[in-house]
Amino acid sequence: MTHARKNAEARTSIAECRLDFPALDQDISGHPIAYLDTAASAQQPNVVIDTIAEYQRHDHANVHRGVHTLSHRATDAYEGARDRIRSFINAPSRSEIVFTSGTTESINLVAQSFGRPSLGSGDKILITHLEHHSNIVPWQLLAEQTGADLVVAPMNTQGEVVLEQLYELMTRDVRILAIAHVANALGTINPINEIIARAHELDIAVLVDGAQGVPHMAIDVQELDCDFYAFSGHKMFGPTGTGVLFGKESLLDAMPPYKGGGDMILEVSFTNTTFNELPYKFEAGTPNISGMIGLGAAVEYLESVGMERIARHEDELLTYMTERLSTIDELRLIGTAAQKASVQSFMLGDIHPHDLGTILDHQGVAIRTGHHCAMPVMDFYGVAGTARASLALYNNHDDIDQLVAALEKAREIFA
Amino acid sequence: MSAVVTQDDEVQELYRELILDHARSPRHFGKLERITHSAEGINPLCGDKLKLYLDVDEEETIRAAAFEGSGCAISVASASLMTDTVIGLNSSDAIDYFIAVTGHLAGTDSASRQATIDLGKLRALEGVREFPSRVKCATLAWHALRSALQHDSTPARTE
Repeated sequence: MTHARKNAEARTSIAECRLDFPALDQDISGHPIAYLDTAASAQQPNVVIDTIAEYQRHDHANVHRGVHTLSHRATDAYEGARDRIRSFINAPSRSEIVFTSGTTESINLVAQSFGRPSLGSGDKILITHLEHHSNIVPWQLLAEQTGADLVVAPMNTQGEVVLEQLYELMTRDVRILAIAHVANALGTINPINEIIARAHELDIAVLVDGAQGVPHMAIDVQELDCDFYAFSGHKMFGPTGTGVLFGKESLLDAMPPYKGGGDMILEVSFTNTTFNELPYKFEAGTPNISGMIGLGAAVEYLESVGMERIARHEDELLTYMTERLSTIDELRLIGTAAQKASVQSFMLGDIHPHDLGTILDHQGVAIRTGHHCAMPVMDFYGVAGTARASLALYNNHDDIDQLVAALEKAREIFA
Repeated sequence: MSAVVTQDDEVQELYRELILDHARSPRHFGKLERITHSAEGINPLCGDKLKLYLDVDEEETIRAAAFEGSGCAISVASASLMTDTVIGLNSSDAIDYFIAVTGHLAGTDSASRQATIDLGKLRALEGVREFPSRVKCATLAWHALRSALQHDSTPARTE
């Protein structure tokens, strides 16, 4: 039995999982920390921290290269993480799990390797109004490079994609649809099952930006039938600088490499190079070995807690948080979609979110303030930024009560 | 008797009454009839944006100053206090204030000639010194002032 499993199985209730996260055992400005910024980056459980440290101490070497013992150990651990992640999202094959530095690189890989060789003028790239910058800018670059048009499906005031309009924009000339599973600034869960099915009727490839989806709900890429699914390690309790691109094997196979270098080749001469098999074709250079091993440990931790249990816990907390926030005078909720996950943006009176962030920090409450890398969403609501509280498996009612008390304090200061 | 500064005091110091007053009712907010110098200021971290307008005469005296834009309480109050301060000053004296204020708030001013300038009500901004991430909010308008006076056309950034 591995570390992660032992760790979480010993916890009888999800409330006790908080004890697995050492960063949450501290005071900030004389108050116990209420960490409500997981949507920006999640804290790491002991098992991730320890797995990385143990690997660095005892097993480190380069992967896929040496014949010596440490290289074997490193390769086994690194490839073991790939197998774990494959099973976590129920991908059919380990060839379809490409390791990247994060969601951003995963999306850029698809834009440049899938999109660039095949798109031209007259083609369209479809995104939605509620995407964050990393699911906008790579497509803008691709549009400039290929002459394709970037088309944006609108959203409504609740923060939902207007499905009828999205479907009207799905035409035969759309080559790829790139859409968030969960919108980072607003928490909206897009009905991607239905959207993917509609897109496939017109042979439109679909990339799902899963950065905010994977940490909060069970993902089954076969059931979704998405063509690509991109996510980051650090939003799911793993280290920064780790990410994954799932891609259907038939698509990945046909795509040229994204970066050139070591490890992605079979044979190199100055006149010709043959590329390695999947997924290594897309993994040039020495990878983030310890990071991916740490992400493997994070996945095992999530599985041992149980994704269904996590989703239920977060739903209950989100309902409580929304209720409590609604009792505060002059508080305006931003993003009120019918289907939401673990994120709530808001404004308090005319207090600038940045001032709010500073005051809350001094009450021990960590939230994100600003544009959340989603400036078009902010423009839609006519604000420069919002305050955003986001939840994870380690949060509880006390965190939310502390948030509400700190907001009341901010109101006093600005009264 | 030693003063015990609690965390709450620090926040109260940051948002003292003078700052809140200038944030709620900023002075010199708007445009000018005659604009000889102007500059933009952008703080990418919080999304603060302001445009600064100056009317500087042949003697290099700042006859009028005004600003437009949106931002947090600290950046709006700072722009309000800045414009209040520089109206009537010679442009080189205004630059001295820029050096004095930015140095004082960043805590790097000890050796400069400008460190001896009496900052008067601008001292209300010094609460930010306990909040490193907010120093940029307080200095944004001052960077825009420098850009405008030196006819620097690229938006002033606090980075």
